[in-house]
Amino acid sequence: MAAVERPTSFQEIILRLQAYWAAKGCAILQPYDMEVGAGTFHPATTLRALGSKSWAAAYVQPSRRPTDGRYGENPNRLQHYCQYQVLIKPSPPDLQALYLGSLEAIGIDMALHDIRFVEDDWESPTLGAWGLGWEVWCDGMEVSQFTYFQQVGGHDCKPVSGELTYGLERLAMYVLGVDHVMDMPFNDPSASIALTYGDIFKQTEQEYSRWNFDVADTDVLLQHFKDAEAECARILAAEDIDPKTAKRIVMAHPAYDQCIKASHVFNLLDARGVISVTERQAYIGRVRALAKACADAFVTTEAAGALV
Amino acid sequence: MPDLLIELFSEEIPARMQKRAAEDLKRLVTDGLVEAGLTYGGAAGFSTPRRLTLAIEGLLAESPATREERKGPRTDAPEKALEGFLRSTGLSKDQLEARDDKKGQVWFAVIAREGRPASEIIAEVLEAAIRNFPWPKSMRWGAGTLKWVRPLHSVLCILSDEAGASIVDFEIEGIRAGDTTHGHRFMAPDPIRVTGFDDYDAKLKSAFVVLSAEDRAETIWHDATQMAFAQGLDVVEDKGLLAEVAGLVEWPVALMGAIGADFLELPAEVLQTSMKEHQKFFSVKDKQGRITHFVTVANRETADSGATILAGNQKVLSARLADAKFFWENDLRVASVDITSWTDQLANVTFHNKLGSVQERIKRISKLAREIAPLVGADADEAQTAALIAKADLSSEMVYEFPELQGIMGEYYAQKAELSDEIAAVAREHYQPLGPSDDVPSAPLSVAVALADKIDTLTGFWAIDEKPTGSKDPFALRRAALGVIRLVLDGKHRLGLAKLIEAANEIAGPRDGRLADVSDLNGFINDRLKVYLRDKGIRFDVIDAALAMPNADDLTLLVKRAEALQTFLGTEDGENLTQGFKRAHNILKQAEEKDGVEYSYGPDPKLAEGPVEVALFKALDAVEALIARAMKGDDFGAAMAAMATLRGPVDAFFEDVQVNAENAILRRNRLNLLHRISATCLGVADLTRIDG
Repeated sequence: MAAVERPTSFQEIILRLQAYWAAKGCAILQPYDMEVGAGTFHPATTLRALGSKSWAAAYVQPSRRPTDGRYGENPNRLQHYCQYQVLIKPSPPDLQALYLGSLEAIGIDMALHDIRFVEDDWESPTLGAWGLGWEVWCDGMEVSQFTYFQQVGGHDCKPVSGELTYGLERLAMYVLGVDHVMDMPFNDPSASIALTYGDIFKQTEQEYSRWNFDVADTDVLLQHFKDAEAECARILAAEDIDPKTAKRIVMAHPAYDQCIKASHVFNLLDARGVISVTERQAYIGRVRALAKACADAFVTTEAAGALV
Repeated sequence: MPDLLIELFSEEIPARMQKRAAEDLKRLVTDGLVEAGLTYGGAAGFSTPRRLTLAIEGLLAESPATREERKGPRTDAPEKALEGFLRSTGLSKDQLEARDDKKGQVWFAVIAREGRPASEIIAEVLEAAIRNFPWPKSMRWGAGTLKWVRPLHSVLCILSDEAGASIVDFEIEGIRAGDTTHGHRFMAPDPIRVTGFDDYDAKLKSAFVVLSAEDRAETIWHDATQMAFAQGLDVVEDKGLLAEVAGLVEWPVALMGAIGADFLELPAEVLQTSMKEHQKFFSVKDKQGRITHFVTVANRETADSGATILAGNQKVLSARLADAKFFWENDLRVASVDITSWTDQLANVTFHNKLGSVQERIKRISKLAREIAPLVGADADEAQTAALIAKADLSSEMVYEFPELQGIMGEYYAQKAELSDEIAAVAREHYQPLGPSDDVPSAPLSVAVALADKIDTLTGFWAIDEKPTGSKDPFALRRAALGVIRLVLDGKHRLGLAKLIEAANEIAGPRDGRLADVSDLNGFINDRLKVYLRDKGIRFDVIDAALAMPNADDLTLLVKRAEALQTFLGTEDGENLTQGFKRAHNILKQAEEKDGVEYSYGPDPKLAEGPVEVALFKALDAVEALIARAMKGDDFGAAMAAMATLRGPVDAFFEDVQVNAENAILRRNRLNLLHRISATCLGVADLTRIDG
């Protein structure tokens, strides 16, 4: 097979992944418009992995991990980074081959590199979810997570979804041969206004690192957590039948937004160092309870293939 | 007779599961075949990341016809009995034969089974094997319901003999068995048709797949050591890693690279752990023992002889080691300013919700270590200091990243904090012994803290009633008990465990209103001790006899006693004296029971009749004096040697003298004499517990 021309920028890698998965029949979705810790939190993955309806989606998801902030100094650690996420249900029999095709599409020459599937079982205690799969190594570097979802929100996944998650910055740095993330070309380096990753994100990394670690008001955050928890429960407690339209409208997604919110607030509190080891488990359990309640609601809806 | 070849081809099987899975496949299939009457000559299982393979030689082409007769109930038995018999045989009443038996007419069932072709049986057995496969973790995929370790793609199943190969008619969840497989995922992905095992093995090799995991491991080790040797270096042996890496590749290609100069100052343990855990690299050391290179194993050959792959791996390693170096430098900074601040941070780490934080535990251990220190030749203040910093590294960044480096980092950091080498070594050594084959520390400070650590653990979990049950021992309490035993015995330390458990109880105070039950915990330790000493060749009954003596919680004393007793029992005098003792003891017990009195007054030597009885009195006088002196110095060997000299006089006494004399005074005196023999012996060892 002929080697594909190598991309020259971060955005070109994203565009090639978008084009590749679009060509393979995925709906190219937009990032979810809320703060999330990983692409899995997007309802297009969490909720759509549930139920019997077929699904195929791919999207970039900007993600936040407040504790990973390093003020933009660390060569590959960021509190805000991007994941590329693919979810196909039921998982097709050639998913591994499809995945390898995506690596070729972004310029990784299979004849020169060593690609390996190394056992890595995935579990999300906050989502009550787990699956089996691998981390995929390219020359010893983890470039993706590959998971067959077995359970989400406490529900068995039937059929099973295949989930691919690419850590975009790390993968792009490798493909582009860049040593520090901030030096990575974001757009075409020969463009008249060439921008690096640092031009776009260095300052924000500094600002958020300071806010995440030292400034965020923990009392306010604690209140946000409680509010999100209460609102989630209130939404789900509403009657299925909407009195205004007289239709059955189960509000699984609005409730799930509150679950996402609680999860992110928990991550912020964690970064502020106000959650002790014992409390940690309790908080994770509370978010999981929300995720389960949302999953319970979603599986009763038409989008999940329920006979309404 | 045909040969059978089965290959289950799937997506990548976790390395740690492959070997066991190849064995399980062999066991499940061969057991099933044999049970159905298909015997075979030989069988071998193989695994690679993508396949489980089973080759069976000399299988019967069909199962033999069988005829089984079963005797049922009498013909006049109640209907219920007959129904049960029909159910168990699967026959109807008109298929039974009535035959004459001793007690009348009895139903007989004759169950004849036709022979069946091997292929039919194989299909059933293979289906059952796949459906009931004991994977540690299995999964579903797509819209199917079949469970396998990862998606199963194809099944190869052929029977071959001189006439050629035939595919076994078999299908599971839409996968139809065939006679094709695939080579290496990247180097030879096209289908390959095979006719038998030799053909399969050879064709896979030319398609860049080494079928045998042992062969792959051998290639890796051979190539790695050769490359290292060529540069005057040595590969650090790691059998576990070698087996794991052999399970990650079908076509191993070893590549050696250098570690960046920036990272060579990191402790060897850090380099080794980081490379092994994150990247599955072998460490390579120079003649001075410094780790300077690594070997990585790729799964393919490339046109550039692995240059791109090696460069990529080196880059990942540099990023990893940059992290490790960052942790190391930060940790050293903290350690040099105030290493105890790490211990304070452990107040936020729960050890167990009923046993408090790790910091509280460290405080308990330090108090207990103070008490133990003088008993093992350590300074109490130093033991306390050492205990307070021994677990400080649990707060360090390096140990957070690599928990297996706990203690090892602690020693480096304590040295940085300018503590003495002896105190620093406690951080590493107090965890020891970690298993039955691990070293036991001998430095007094390390022994004091190691014992305090383990006794605190045992006392704590005993207090909250979390004892090991059956195979469940989540807190590794058996290991802790064995650690206590080995620490005490290896150092020949003289201490009473019961007192130390009481001290641990006192330091901790009641938990949920309860203290540890000292004698129950002592009994648990004694049970471990029995197993430990039995492995050292000491008889169970000898250990029991030693445990029955006072101060049995002084393990060093106990073992000394047991060893002397075993030696004593191995001599002719010892064995015979034990018989003599038992005879004396039994006669005495019978008489006491019959008479309803205890004959425990001292016998009067003046009542001795004849030279034999007089001699026994004299012998007892002499031996008792010797024993008393020997026992004072815990010289059990001498005490038992003295006791053994009683054999002659005791044997002669039983030979010549009638204990149950007609004269009641003489009889009473002789029974009191027997008591004296018995008591003298029991003062040395509890011979009543000796078998035989």
